[in-house]
Amino acid sequence: MIAAVVFLPLLGFLIAGPFGRLIGARASELVTTGLLFVAAALSWKIFLDVGFGHEEAHASLLANWFTSGTLKVDWTLRIDTLTAVMLVVVNTVSSLVHLYSIGYMHEDPDRPRFFAYLSLFTFAMLMLVTADNLLQMFFGWEGVGLASYLLIGFWYQKPSANAAAIKAFVVNRVGDFGFALGIFLVYQLTNSVAFDAIFAAVPGLQGKVAHVFGLNVDALTLAALLLFMGAMGKSAQFLLHTWLPDAMEGPTPVSALIHAATMVTAGVFMVARLSPIFEAAPAALVFVIIIGATTHFFAATVGLVQTDIKRVIAYSTCSQLGLMFIAEGVGAYSLGIFHLFTHAFFKALLFLGAGSVIHAMHHEQDMRRMGGLRKDIPFTFWVMVIGTLAITGFGVPFTPLGFAGFFSKDAIIEAAFAAGRHNPVAFYGFGMAVIVAALTSFYSWRLVFMTFFGPHAAEAHQHGQGHDDHAAHGHDDHGHGHDHKPHESPLVMLVPLGLLALGSIVTGFVFMPDFAGHALEEFWKGSLFFSEENHIMHEMHDIPIWVSLAPFVTMVGGFLVSLYIYVLRPGVAPQLAAAFPGLYRFLLNKWYFDELYDRIFVKPAFALGRLLWKDGDGRIIDGIGPDGVAARVVDGARLAARVQTGYLYHYAFAMLIGVAAVVSALGAWSIR
Amino acid sequence: MTDIGLAHYLVVSAIVFTLGVAGIVLNRKNIIIILMSVELILLSVNLNLVAFSTALGDLTGQVFALFVLTVAAAEAAIGLAILVTYFRNRGTIAVEDINSLKG
Amino acid sequence: MDALFFYLFSAVLIASAFGVIAARNPVSSVLWLILAFCNGAGLFLLQGAEFLAMMLVVVYVGAVAVLFLFVVMMLDVDFAELRQGFQKYLPAGAAVGAVVLIELGFVALHWHSAPGARDVAASPVLADVTNTAALGRVLYTKYLIFFQTAGLVLLTAMIGAISLTLHHRPNVKRQNISEQNARTAKSVVELKKVRSRVGVEG
Repeated sequence: MIAAVVFLPLLGFLIAGPFGRLIGARASELVTTGLLFVAAALSWKIFLDVGFGHEEAHASLLANWFTSGTLKVDWTLRIDTLTAVMLVVVNTVSSLVHLYSIGYMHEDPDRPRFFAYLSLFTFAMLMLVTADNLLQMFFGWEGVGLASYLLIGFWYQKPSANAAAIKAFVVNRVGDFGFALGIFLVYQLTNSVAFDAIFAAVPGLQGKVAHVFGLNVDALTLAALLLFMGAMGKSAQFLLHTWLPDAMEGPTPVSALIHAATMVTAGVFMVARLSPIFEAAPAALVFVIIIGATTHFFAATVGLVQTDIKRVIAYSTCSQLGLMFIAEGVGAYSLGIFHLFTHAFFKALLFLGAGSVIHAMHHEQDMRRMGGLRKDIPFTFWVMVIGTLAITGFGVPFTPLGFAGFFSKDAIIEAAFAAGRHNPVAFYGFGMAVIVAALTSFYSWRLVFMTFFGPHAAEAHQHGQGHDDHAAHGHDDHGHGHDHKPHESPLVMLVPLGLLALGSIVTGFVFMPDFAGHALEEFWKGSLFFSEENHIMHEMHDIPIWVSLAPFVTMVGGFLVSLYIYVLRPGVAPQLAAAFPGLYRFLLNKWYFDELYDRIFVKPAFALGRLLWKDGDGRIIDGIGPDGVAARVVDGARLAARVQTGYLYHYAFAMLIGVAAVVSALGAWSIR
Repeated sequence: MTDIGLAHYLVVSAIVFTLGVAGIVLNRKNIIIILMSVELILLSVNLNLVAFSTALGDLTGQVFALFVLTVAAAEAAIGLAILVTYFRNRGTIAVEDINSLKG
Repeated sequence: MDALFFYLFSAVLIASAFGVIAARNPVSSVLWLILAFCNGAGLFLLQGAEFLAMMLVVVYVGAVAVLFLFVVMMLDVDFAELRQGFQKYLPAGAAVGAVVLIELGFVALHWHSAPGARDVAASPVLADVTNTAALGRVLYTKYLIFFQTAGLVLLTAMIGAISLTLHHRPNVKRQNISEQNARTAKSVVELKKVRSRVGVEG
């Protein structure tokens, strides 16, 4: 059954990809979506069996990939609770996104390609989460990177889309480099890449020292840091985050699936999966906390001032991923996964909702040109409100009443505080998380207020310079005869929104006991590893009351400030921006990271490339090789041709010289 | 000096040969000079052959010289025919103008 | 006595050869060539090869040199000065000439014929017949093949020379023998019955 779950999306890709044009767009959509729904249903069943039932964790061997000396790598599908959780997340969101795309991409001529890529992505992600060894995980890792590239650059006629796709792939590559080095190091230490073998070897490697570049470092810490570098790239953490906002060039369903719910969470998953290694490397965990907290704060500050609706949500994703890493850094892997689980629902909901807004506004994405939409698209409005309540963590403290984010977020904040007792760095994470709770609330409600409240923007005749422009045709035809008023999306788009809204509401309190409460161990059954000293899951309940209240307070504060600025006193926002121009521009330009990287990496790389190309390749190699040889041959030929003067007496003279030479030679030979 | 032997004839032959070759190589005037120089060379060869024939008492040298004579005559005829045709087509037999084999 | 004639003939021969290549007027070159041939014939006579000497005069002077003269006068060649390019090639030419000269010197110093060479002559000179008769005895018997081949060479040369230079003028009348032979009575003669007092018309 697990094989069916993993390979049905692959089947969808194989049908819609090569044969999409043959069978037509409608058939491609239906086949892929149908297969995904079957896979999703099977995932839920596996989840219930493994998590709550009596099914044991096991691995199902498919085939041998390769054997090289002592290294034997198999294709194996591993099933344990962690996998089951991820299967549910991936397949549920993917199937809903497929369904949504039937409506959203309705006018696009390249639909078969789109659905094929979506299914390809799902397959790669499933391979990643079901991997039983590092190489198979890396296969899935690279596969989702590829699918991300293909989907970001889906409208390939747009140069900005192509650039964004390349940027995503290249930045990911940097992280993947670290990941690969980590795999090599792990193999060198444990002589295996299979998880069971590695985890068994970890206790024996504690304290082992590696000599690198003249320094002595703890081997496991180094391995953990290298592996985490991969996670930083894939999950767009601080320093390797630059690709995520640009990835919004892709269609909105892509953003929802890949850059909110699944691909970017692969890094979080990877750290959880490799928890035995990380638990043995406390220094690496400290680094994880620092990076996670910094990302959490940084992305939230940038999201405060963005004007593109998708970018706000993108930075929100980046920020929430940081929070997940904070959780894992303090040792609460379960909470990281819990937040991953809930976040998948409400973030996908927010993106698809934004897509619905964009669809209603005829591809306008700039929030400054929106406003007052709550009367026009009420269903979208209400689901966006639900999503916002979920992400801000709205709920009543000390009760099981709350939206999904309330449970997962507050749990992480509590755990961070509790960990601070052993590990002062965790307080940094705690502080950041509390502050950012306010910022999250602010920008999430800002999005809602700017979009749905306030006066109507100039009548939606702006077929905007939206980034979602369908590349093939200009601003003219929209298949359904439209009036220029914003209108609600078709049912095929509203159903996924509704289901995700439901998930955003209930997944928190339904699954709280299993992820964070007393049913923890029965649920996880050892698929997450907690070291001897790690009692964070118990300690997190033993905290002062103000700590539990702090996130609620900051969340309400952010909501009130946002309400004041955008609803009660419109016009304050531009005044604030004018009052702090430097800060405003700093945040608007994403802390100038793109400019910094451009100066440090991109321009020198291009210069080096140009140098190697023009001079190294062109002048030196070509000059010595083909061009040089050809030129010398031409020169030699020109010299030789000068002998052919055309004059008879020159030829006769040459004959004479020849005769003289031969006779001399004979004479000399006979004299000797 | 007064006793004329083989060597004398050979020297004369060598000198005439050299003059003939010089006529070919150093010629700047026209093609006919080249043809005439060829005749000089052949003359020197004949001289050489007859000298050896006399020195060795062997008639073979003279027979060979006879054939050389024949061939020289034939070659002169053909060479002049070619020259005439060339002149008819090109209008010149100046050595410097005949360089269409230039590569 | 022999020596005197030898030096005389040789000197004039060498001078004539020089005259051939140095003369400005091409007709002069041909005349020098004729003089060279005559002196060469003289040298042959001195060695007892009288047939060859006469052949030289008859064939070379009488035929070849005359041919040269015809062509030179027909082509209306201009006088030409010795051009400047002479200087450019002098060093190379002189070098090659020097090499050849040195080699000749070597040969002259070190070479001598084998002692028994006279005895193995292929066609010994017989004392009692004239040179011509001796040549005849050998030419038509031992060297028959070469003789015939020489004849073929001459034939080929003749055909070649004619085919190269034959030039049908467009408005010259000529006979076409094969056409003439192929003519039948039927194509040119028409018999007509002529009635008296009526005439040919009709």
